[in-house]
Amino acid sequence: MATRDIAGKTVQVNDEGFMTDPNEWNKELAVVIASEEGITEMTDEHWKVIDYCREVGMESGSAPTLRNITNGAGVSTKELFGLFPKGPAKKVAKISGLGKPEGCV
Amino acid sequence: MTEENRKIAFICSKGNMDMAYPALVMGWAAIGNGIDVTIFFTFWGMDMINKARVDRLEVAPVANTSMKMSMMGVDTGNLGIPNIMGVLPGMTAFATKLMNDKMEGIDVPPVREYLQMLVDAGAKLYACKMSVDMFDLEMDDFVDGVIDIVTASDFMDITEGAQIVFI
Repeated sequence: MATRDIAGKTVQVNDEGFMTDPNEWNKELAVVIASEEGITEMTDEHWKVIDYCREVGMESGSAPTLRNITNGAGVSTKELFGLFPKGPAKKVAKISGLGKPEGCV
Repeated sequence: MTEENRKIAFICSKGNMDMAYPALVMGWAAIGNGIDVTIFFTFWGMDMINKARVDRLEVAPVANTSMKMSMMGVDTGNLGIPNIMGVLPGMTAFATKLMNDKMEGIDVPPVREYLQMLVDAGAKLYACKMSVDMFDLEMDDFVDGVIDIVTASDFMDITEGAQIVFI
């Protein structure tokens, strides 16, 4: 398993750069990954989404799907795509330190 | 960072419920991963964007060799729904309800909601000019999010550089 250093911490990642152990995640890491994904500033709205994903991910073991996020985190589809432009599905999961979402919706 | 974004376009030509979903599911996956999505509705596919039809898409058991009795929850293996039964009044409604329930069971949204999700995410929907003329439709007949009525030639311009999926 590959590892990489993010925000002064060594974490395990897979081939696509997704963290494989959600317990290694912290908010500082998330900010660095977000900036790599083109999100330069993490606002409260961003955190609302990420916090929700963390909650679901830690409970179920996998990242929520986009529809799950819009239904559960209280953000609309429009807002979600505005907050994480050009493909929120992988971005959100990556920033949350979870694997790729496993559902289709 | 001048690399052009990947683009995909779907042509929806069918109005059966089971044929409405492929473009929605793949389109949603595409747009969720940052791929530009365009959907062109033509012929029976017009039902997917027709306000009066979109909530009433159906799936017929007649001549559908994949539809088995086991879909009704009875363990009958490969036994099909006999075509003679399929012609009975109500069988299409019954098969449609079965499929709707299955979809709901796995958290798949109805077609109207799915389309709205795609529109909100930035997908571009277009209606086919020839079909509009043939079915006597106008923009007012369509769900929100349909951008315009365009010709086949317009569609070719719009989808330049896109991968095209015909359904």
